[in-house]
Amino acid sequence: MQCDVCQQKEATVFLTQIVGGKMQKVNLCEACSKEKGVNDPTGFALADLLLGMGAAQEIERSPSGITCTVCGFTQADFKKTGRLGCGACYDVFAESLESMLKNMQKGSEHVGKAPPGLIKNRQLDAQIKSLQTSLEKAVAEEEYEKAADLRDQIRRIESGYRI
Amino acid sequence: MKLSKIIAKSSEWLNGDGPHCHIVVTSRVRLARNLKGKPFPGWAKKAERIEVLKTAKAAVMQLPTMEDAFSENLEALSPLEKQVLVERHLISREHAAKGVGSAVVMNVAQSLSFMINEEDHLRMQAICSGLQLGKVFAMINHADSELEALLEFAFHPKLGYLTACPTNVGTGMRASTMLHLPGLVMSDQMNKIINSVNKIGLAVRGLHGEGTEAMGNLFQVSNQVTLGEPEEEIIERLKKVIETIIEHEQNARLLLVQRKPVALLDQIGRAYGVLSHAHSMSSKEALNQLSVIKLGIDLGLFPESHRLSVDELFIETQPAHLQKGAQAQKMSAEERDALRANLVRSKLKGLPEPDTAKITIKPSGSQENDE
Repeated sequence: MQCDVCQQKEATVFLTQIVGGKMQKVNLCEACSKEKGVNDPTGFALADLLLGMGAAQEIERSPSGITCTVCGFTQADFKKTGRLGCGACYDVFAESLESMLKNMQKGSEHVGKAPPGLIKNRQLDAQIKSLQTSLEKAVAEEEYEKAADLRDQIRRIESGYRI
Repeated sequence: MKLSKIIAKSSEWLNGDGPHCHIVVTSRVRLARNLKGKPFPGWAKKAERIEVLKTAKAAVMQLPTMEDAFSENLEALSPLEKQVLVERHLISREHAAKGVGSAVVMNVAQSLSFMINEEDHLRMQAICSGLQLGKVFAMINHADSELEALLEFAFHPKLGYLTACPTNVGTGMRASTMLHLPGLVMSDQMNKIINSVNKIGLAVRGLHGEGTEAMGNLFQVSNQVTLGEPEEEIIERLKKVIETIIEHEQNARLLLVQRKPVALLDQIGRAYGVLSHAHSMSSKEALNQLSVIKLGIDLGLFPESHRLSVDELFIETQPAHLQKGAQAQKMSAEERDALRANLVRSKLKGLPEPDTAKITIKPSGSQENDE
C-alpha cells in the first residue's frame, strides 16, 4: 500500500481517526509520518490530507481563536477535520480559505449554476454595469441629455432589485 | 417500494449501452447541496440531522421523477444491504457507515440516487452506462432545479453552493467515468496516463473511489475543480480527456494484437482456464480475470452474446452481491470464495474456448506494413 502523502514509498504507519463519528483512515510511510507528527496525534491535521499539503498551516495563519458565531465551529476544528461547520463558516474563516481555495481551485469565484432568484440579480448586475459604462462615456462626451436618460434607466433597474 | 425489490432488479447502468460502452462502463454526475442556515451533517447535533433528514427526504420524495421511489433510513438497512448499494455505486462507503439521521432515496431504475446527510445534507447522483456525461448532468441538474423550488440551498454570492468540504464548494459537482482499460495496463502505460491526467486537474481513482485499489483494470476519472469554472465547461473538458484516453486504449489494444499476440492470447487463455475451472476465487482475482475475458469479447475472441453475463459477473462476484444471492447472512471468506468460483463456472458454462484464429501471429518483422 502506498503512502497517501508522498504517493511513492510503501506505507507502514496506518492511522485511523474518528472525527465527528466518522472514521478516517490514513496510510503513511515512515518519513511522512514523522514529518506530519503522527506520533503526536493531537498535532496531526487531517486538513492536510483532505485539502492538500500546507492547508493546516494556512488555517493557523489567520488570527487564532476564531469561532463561528452561528454554529460554534472553531479554527482548531477546521484544522483537525478539514471541513467546515456551516455555511456561515465560509465568511468567518474567509481569510484562511482564500489562499487555500486559490491553490486547489481554478478561480476564487463561482461562475456556474445559481438559484433562479440570484441568476436574475446577476443579469441585472451585468445590465447596470454596462449602463454605467455608457453613462461615464456620455458624461465624458458632455452628452448630458443622454447621461440623464441612462441614469434614470439605472435607477429604475435598481429599484426593482430584490435580494 | 421495498429494498428487496430494488435489489432484485439490476441497475439500469448494467445494460451496457451508450457511446463507447465497451470501454466506458459508467458515466456519473453528483451534486452536493446543503440547506441554508443548517449546520453541515458532520457538525450538526443528532436532533438537527434528523430535522434536516425529514425536510430533505420529504422534498426528494415529492419530485415527479422520484415517483414510486425507494427510500429508507440508514439504521433500517442491514450491513449486507448497505454493502449491496455500495457495490452498485448507489451510495458511498462513507454513507454506508452512517446510522440514525441519514437516509437514501433512489428510483427503481437506480439511475438517480440521493444520499441524505452524508458529508453534505444532500448528495444526489445520476448514473448511466457508456460515455454520456451530458445526459447524466442534464438528469441530475433537472432534479436539482426541481428541488431548488422546494428547498432553499446554502448559496454564497461569490463562492456558489456551500459544502462541508472546501474541495466541493462552487458547483458542488463531481463528474466521473468508470473506464475499463486493460490495454493500457497490459502495455504498462497506465502510470503515464494517470500522471498526465493529474496534471490537468483531473483525478484517477480505483473501483470504489478515493483511496481504493484499482481492480479488474477499472479506473475512475473525475474532475477536481469545483470553483471558477461553469458545470458545462467542466463536463466538456472531462469528456474530451476521456475521448483521448479511449483513443489511447484502442491504440494500445491494436498494438498488443499486432506486436504481442502470443502474450495477449496467453493471458486470455489463462483467464478462460481459471474462470472455467477454479473452485475457489477471491473477488480481486475474479475481477482481474473477468476483465481479460471482457477484453477477449471486445477483440472478437468470444461471441458477443456472452457480453451481458460477463458484465453481470463483475457485480455478482462482489462480496455482498454474492452473499445476497446465497441468502446467507454470514459467510466466511473461504465459503464466499468457493461460492464465487461456482457462480462463475456455472455462468460461463456456455462460453466457448477463445477463437484464437481472430488474432494472427505473424512472423516477426512483418508488422510495418499493417497501417
